[in-house]
Amino acid sequence: MAAVDDDRVRSVGVEIRFTTAGDSAFNVEFGEAIDRATNARVMALHARLKAAPPPGLVETVPTFRSLLVVYDPVATGRREMQAAVEAALAGSNAAAAEGRLWRLPVCYDPDLGPDLAELADGLGLTVERVAELHGSAEYFVYMLGFMPGFGYMGDLPAELERPRRTEPRVRVPAGSVAVAGRLTTVYPWESPGGWHLIGRCPVPLYDAGRADPVLLTAGDRVRFEAVDRAAFDGIAQAVAAGRFDPASLRAAS
Amino acid sequence: MSAFLTVVRPGLFATIQDLGRFGFQELGMPVAGALDPVALRLANALVGNPQGMAGLEIALLGPVLRVDSPAVRIAAVGPLAMTLEREGEATRPLEPHRSHSLRQGDLLRLGAVDGASVAYLAVAGGFALAPVMGSLSIYVRAGIGPLGGRPLGQDDRLPLARDGAADGPPDEPDLELPQPPEYGVGPLRVVLGPQDDRFTEQALATFLSAAYHVGKQADRMGLRLEGPSLKHRGSADIPSDGLVTGSIQVPGNGQPILLLNDHQTAGGYTKIATVISADLPRAGRLRPGDRLSFQAVTVDEAEAIRRRQEQAISGWIRAIRPVRPAGGIDLEALYAENLISGTVDIVNGGSDLPLV
Repeated sequence: MAAVDDDRVRSVGVEIRFTTAGDSAFNVEFGEAIDRATNARVMALHARLKAAPPPGLVETVPTFRSLLVVYDPVATGRREMQAAVEAALAGSNAAAAEGRLWRLPVCYDPDLGPDLAELADGLGLTVERVAELHGSAEYFVYMLGFMPGFGYMGDLPAELERPRRTEPRVRVPAGSVAVAGRLTTVYPWESPGGWHLIGRCPVPLYDAGRADPVLLTAGDRVRFEAVDRAAFDGIAQAVAAGRFDPASLRAAS
Repeated sequence: MSAFLTVVRPGLFATIQDLGRFGFQELGMPVAGALDPVALRLANALVGNPQGMAGLEIALLGPVLRVDSPAVRIAAVGPLAMTLEREGEATRPLEPHRSHSLRQGDLLRLGAVDGASVAYLAVAGGFALAPVMGSLSIYVRAGIGPLGGRPLGQDDRLPLARDGAADGPPDEPDLELPQPPEYGVGPLRVVLGPQDDRFTEQALATFLSAAYHVGKQADRMGLRLEGPSLKHRGSADIPSDGLVTGSIQVPGNGQPILLLNDHQTAGGYTKIATVISADLPRAGRLRPGDRLSFQAVTVDEAEAIRRRQEQAISGWIRAIRPVRPAGGIDLEALYAENLISGTVDIVNGGSDLPLV
């Protein structure tokens, strides 16, 4: 039988678990569910450790329901780092700062959203209703991952919930707006992908030329605003010509 | 003046790598960095650089580089064939694990990497390239890093931070590692988790006793391993959580995937174990077809192993010494001497050397 590290799981409070990811990282798990309350606790610990990093901390990576704590095993050790994290947990209960609100243009043209019709069919809705529902919600960026700038945003209206495509696409165009399960996203890069493509955003979510190349950060909020094809093309041209300022997408919360 | 290494032929897959791009994983940015950080650190030490400076990571078959600089000192660490073509001289092999002083017009042919997936070339002073998010590591999948975030291409010019004139005083000898670095043998050591509780007892026992081999799908992102299937308790999927280099994730088909430096920052497959930091350089050197097995250690043991390894690395670096003549005469040192001073120095002792 496998040797199990005694230090592997320790509870602090009721439901927090520490799980080991080798000798240079561990997860702080706040639960199993994907929900805003759990994610808010992840983000709060992330913010606290970022504001006052313990010696040897390399970085922390927030995800839906856990925070990955990455440390330098030469500069510190698991016991010291876990103790520092426990202290941060026990400290201030201040929530993470409110994220920014973005208004992202999206064109729900079937040319740009090749799965729109099929998705609508499967849900028993019209194409227009799918676009309307998708544009009606304010989404929360739970985490980034998969590729630089890829945001996992929830929560999609329940009427639009569908599992991922059974056959993932080899090439999803950059800017594709997509849904799967109760999540939505915008693909920052051309890449493979199994989500349903329902539209396209003309503003790049990753742009190496910007001071902050990645537009969204975990904890931000997003509203999608439908634009017609002419407006989409206009914004795309402005972006290509370097005449588009993404700060204009920031909305007052 | 400007000084470059010019890419005469790009080879198969050479990228600039340092020890990684940390601090941006929260934006989904992979760490990247050298697959074998120990080799990169030693290569840097051989040319007098800080250990974490960016060098050239060479996979499969290396590039041919022309020295467009008055002089440059280079060193390779790893199983790399190298030859030097210098005008008016016969082509000759250059050994890894020591530095070499090159001069304007030299052609450095980096050949096959044999016995590991990668080898490293460091240049004294490093490359004068602009870091992206604090790092020169190239992440090819998303085109991030210097040179447009891609492997070396034909006619690329790698600007040298040092123009060659300041590359050590004329009498500074080349340096060598007395022995190539030792990586150890035997199973890769892992710490179980973070989701070892999602596997059956049988699966854990199999994982720690069976032989796996590296499949054809092996790159800087990860190694697909082939061997006995590992069964989950319940679902193979979890809400996506953070990944680290060395994570061994097991999707529903039961075949493990060992994640390397270009791994995505988060993933939704259960992870049975994580390779300990001291064994990551060994994992990074694995090639398709290589066999491997796993042994569990505790975090405390992993920390002790890593501390011993750091002591060993410090020891190897302290042991770096001027190249000693083999068989009574050190041709390399002679060539180097000629290179740096620009002419054969007959007056200052040169005439004492046996002529060949």
